[in-house]
Amino acid sequence: MTSIVKPRIVHHGLSRNRLGLTIRDYEGGMSTLCAGCGHDSVTAAIIQALFELAVPPHRVAKMSGIGCSSKTPAYFLGASHSFNAVHGRMPSIATGAAAANRELYLLGVSGDGDSLSIGLGQFAHAVRRNIDMLYIIENNGVYGLTKGQFSASADIGTAAKRGEVNEQPPIDPVQLTMALGGTFVARSFSGDKDQLVPLIKAGMRHEGFAMIDVLSPCVTFNDHEASTKSYQYTREHSHEVMHTDFVPPMPGIRVAYEEGEVVPITMHDGSRLLLRKVSDDYDPHSRGAAIEYIRTHQRKGEIVTGLLFVDESEPDMHGINSTTGMPLNELGFRSLCPGKRRLASLQRRYR
Amino acid sequence: MDPTKTEGTEYFHRVVDCQWACPAHTDVPEYIRLIAQGRFTDAYMLNRESNVFPGILGRVCDRPCEPACRRGRVEDKAVAICRLKRVAADNRDDIRDRLPQAPHVSNGKRIALVGAGCASLTVANDLIPLGYECVIFEALDTPGGLMRTNIPAFRLPASVLDEEIAYIVDMGVDLRLSHPIESMRALLEEDFDAVFVGSGAPKGKELRLPGRDDTDRIHIGIQWLESIAFGHVSSVGERVLIIGVGNTAMDCCRSSLRLGAKDVKVMARKPRAFFKASDWELEDAEEERVEIVVNHSPRAFLIEDGKLVGMKFDVVEYEFDDRGAIRDSRIVDEATFPCDDVVLAIGQENAFPWVERGIGIEFDKWDVPIVDETTYESTLKGVFFGGDAAFGPKNIIWAVEHGHQAAISIHKYCEGLSLTDRLPRGVNLTTAKMGIHEWSYSNDYDPAGRRIMPHVDLRKRFRKLNIEVELGFTADDAAAEVERCLNCDLQTVFAADLCIECDACIDICPVDCLTITHNGDADSIEANLRTARLNAEQALYVSGPLKHTSRVMVKDENLCVHCGLCAERCPTGAWDMQKSTVVIPYASDEASRDQQLCQITRKAG
Ligand SMILES: Cc1cc2nc3c(=O)[nH]c(=O)nc-3n(C[C@H](O)[C@H](O)[C@H](O)COP(=O)(O)OP(=O)(O)OC[C@H]3O[C@@H](n4cnc5c(N)ncnc54)[C@H](O)[C@@H]3O)c2cc1C
Ligand SMILES: Cc1ncc(C[n+]2csc(CCOP(=O)(O)OP(=O)(O)O)c2C)c(N)n1
Ligand code: SF4
Ligand code: SF4
Ligand code: SF4
Ligand SMILES: [Mg+2]
Repeated sequence: MTSIVKPRIVHHGLSRNRLGLTIRDYEGGMSTLCAGCGHDSVTAAIIQALFELAVPPHRVAKMSGIGCSSKTPAYFLGASHSFNAVHGRMPSIATGAAAANRELYLLGVSGDGDSLSIGLGQFAHAVRRNIDMLYIIENNGVYGLTKGQFSASADIGTAAKRGEVNEQPPIDPVQLTMALGGTFVARSFSGDKDQLVPLIKAGMRHEGFAMIDVLSPCVTFNDHEASTKSYQYTREHSHEVMHTDFVPPMPGIRVAYEEGEVVPITMHDGSRLLLRKVSDDYDPHSRGAAIEYIRTHQRKGEIVTGLLFVDESEPDMHGINSTTGMPLNELGFRSLCPGKRRLASLQRRYR
Repeated sequence: MDPTKTEGTEYFHRVVDCQWACPAHTDVPEYIRLIAQGRFTDAYMLNRESNVFPGILGRVCDRPCEPACRRGRVEDKAVAICRLKRVAADNRDDIRDRLPQAPHVSNGKRIALVGAGCASLTVANDLIPLGYECVIFEALDTPGGLMRTNIPAFRLPASVLDEEIAYIVDMGVDLRLSHPIESMRALLEEDFDAVFVGSGAPKGKELRLPGRDDTDRIHIGIQWLESIAFGHVSSVGERVLIIGVGNTAMDCCRSSLRLGAKDVKVMARKPRAFFKASDWELEDAEEERVEIVVNHSPRAFLIEDGKLVGMKFDVVEYEFDDRGAIRDSRIVDEATFPCDDVVLAIGQENAFPWVERGIGIEFDKWDVPIVDETTYESTLKGVFFGGDAAFGPKNIIWAVEHGHQAAISIHKYCEGLSLTDRLPRGVNLTTAKMGIHEWSYSNDYDPAGRRIMPHVDLRKRFRKLNIEVELGFTADDAAAEVERCLNCDLQTVFAADLCIECDACIDICPVDCLTITHNGDADSIEANLRTARLNAEQALYVSGPLKHTSRVMVKDENLCVHCGLCAERCPTGAWDMQKSTVVIPYASDEASRDQQLCQITRKAG
């Protein structure tokens, strides 16, 4: 008998995090994606990052839409909350969840189809509202789940498995998010966990909307020679401009780095990002220059990766709207439902 | 690092930890799978090929395979390999028609074998089917050697011994019982083409202390056990002290209980970590309420009115270094233990009073014959040694392995061929992929714990000397235990040119033993492993450069549970699970090679 389910083996080499959990405690059900799908690697990177951050699994709400990518929340953090929304509608569900419980870590996983084709309108507003969440787009240039049609992120000139060539210009989620005022914008590759894991940690800790566009090849429908989203093409054309190391809050401990080469960024919870410039001419704090840089390199066929823009000073949705500091489910009945008289007085104000 | 060489035999054989550790290289995972399929007879025959005595060894083998078992590293307890061997033996059908037979005509060569222990019996087992006439001379009136005379019947029933010895004797051994060889010189003058000495290490060590010769209640362990086995001793005093904590001591203390002793103490000079006895023998003795007293070094036997009344000991305190080795010791006290009998179980030695010096067989400074470790030939051509007689006391499975190797040498010697030009071992690999999501073995990891061997009730087991204590696994035990085997012979075989570095294998591996990293020296590779390297004796596989990034695939063999998921999830088939079969040559393989060579030369001529 053959079993294709990953067995749970607590072996002697396993380490434990601050909560006493092993990485096994951050895993989920067995993936039903195609063997070799980039999405599975992103899943593994998420598991690794959350294990290292020692996030309590039950404090996370996983949000997704429809697509192979959107299926992946079933494959990590088995012991957390989850909502699998209709196609392209995850951002509004996430907005509601964020409004209701600001203490949950919201982790959205979507696809290029889910976020840039059918769900583009929803996505744009989540960025605009600066919802406090990590939003990962597993970008493979196709609708994997429906067998490989081009998505809105397909590049001009890339060919489908059967040979037809895409003629329409792509939507680049990175440039789009920056243009919409996104406060944490990154791009990475499923095949580069050294880069991706710290980005996920940083995105989890960012207060506001953190978008990571992860190039994540569809091994079944978009990994051939004429594809611009294959493993090989992505490896050959990606170009890291800004490497990020994530340093959790460690009171009293100074982190050593060489002045000038490394830009430190302190986050709201005291953790720090050490941005190491791989390209001298890149500035992750200037929205305009960053977009210009990415466009220029895009024209040369280069895929710019790393933490491309970050701004820790913008308020998130709760800050903008001065909402209550507590999750709604922790407010007492009287504050949530102040009674007829208060309702009547509220209504009088609008008469 | 350079890419690891997996061609040849060594790499993949080593991965099968149990088979590598077994002196006779028993194909453990394959026989366990046969048991899992209910093919007990096939499992028995596969065992017999290498270890010759599966029923015996399924009870009393020293089982070096078990400490080596990977399962014991992944969790805490090894697979009950030895117990499963007994399952095959207990449930087999009549196998006599599957045994090799002597050809109708002999090849005209006669071999003399001294002693009918497991070593000589193995030589006969291998040579008779090739047409050799094997004459075994045995001093006692029954065959089996120490397996009969020293291993007590409550561990190894006579019927099991009789049956497995008969398989060999019935092939046509000329067994001359009660026929001690008293002169090697005389034997060499007889009409034999080669001589094999399998006479064991028959001398028990003495303990020369005051009072030793003033009583007849001090016994030498191995002689005493032999006397019990033959019914010459049938009782012992109420209080017995056993000196030494090896396996012989365990058999002596447990035998004492069966002869009527009420208070049995095993006296150890050192702390528990230094005991020579196997863990399971210690456990079994302690289950029978034998007390083990540590840190007592014998000083004198106490005799009153010509009667043994007790023993005096020095109480020793030890100091240890960081590694736990003894750095220093001092005597802190003395203690007296009253007793009626003392059994000395402090070791065994070789003794060859019947081998004349100066006839070409050279002895070293410990008076042990000089024997070649590959060919088992002594310094006299045509005279071979094996078993305890060769390199001092070991165990049955080593004696069997010596027997196989000596048989090869004897055959080559008789054919006039070079003894050192031996067939090499080999490894055959065949893919285990049967279809989509289908592999040819049960790959699931079953977290079940090791099954416990059921024992005869403590109140019942002492009634007779020969009540076998271990009852054998039940069908349920066996069915659960076989699933604990990790199938280490299903090898992960990597083809670097197929890998697209998608990480699927790395992500799925349940024990995190795979890593893709930049190549470098051993230290830098080790530093980048996903799981720290816990066991430097286990191989680290390093692939050639991968085609996209020139990085390398690294696998730490230590904890791999051979689940096959890396191959299952690999989109390109870069990982494949392949069943390995280690090919171990026996005398019969050498003989068929000789025959083929003969035919080739004849054709050429
Ligand atoms: C108490 C005890 C318990 C043991 N328990 C275990 C165990 O649980 N598991 C295990 O694997 N091993 C065990 N051993 C070790 C094991 O029994 C031996 O290693 C093994 O039997 C060696 O086999 P052999 O064929 O070399 O010699 P032996 O078994 O010693 O056989 C030698 C034979 O040669 C005969 N012989 C000797 N000299 C002559 C002569 N001149 N002419 C004719 N015949 C002669 C002897 O009578 C004997 O029958 C134990 C040993 C002892 C002492
Ligand atoms: C409303 C609606 N329209 C269309 C579909 C069909 N559909 C399912 S998945 C999918 C595209 C998913 O693409 P993407 O988000 O890129 O995910 P991938 O499978 O590539 O990871 C589409 C169009 C649907 N399920 N629901
Ligand atoms: S179809 Fe593509 S995206 Fe979907 S699981 Fe398969 S490889 Fe991944
Ligand atoms: S067979 Fe493959 S996946 Fe399974 S433990 Fe071994 S290396 Fe890991
Ligand atoms: S799954 Fe196969 S192709 Fe992917 S990294 Fe592993 S060996 Fe390479
Ligand atoms: Mg897609």
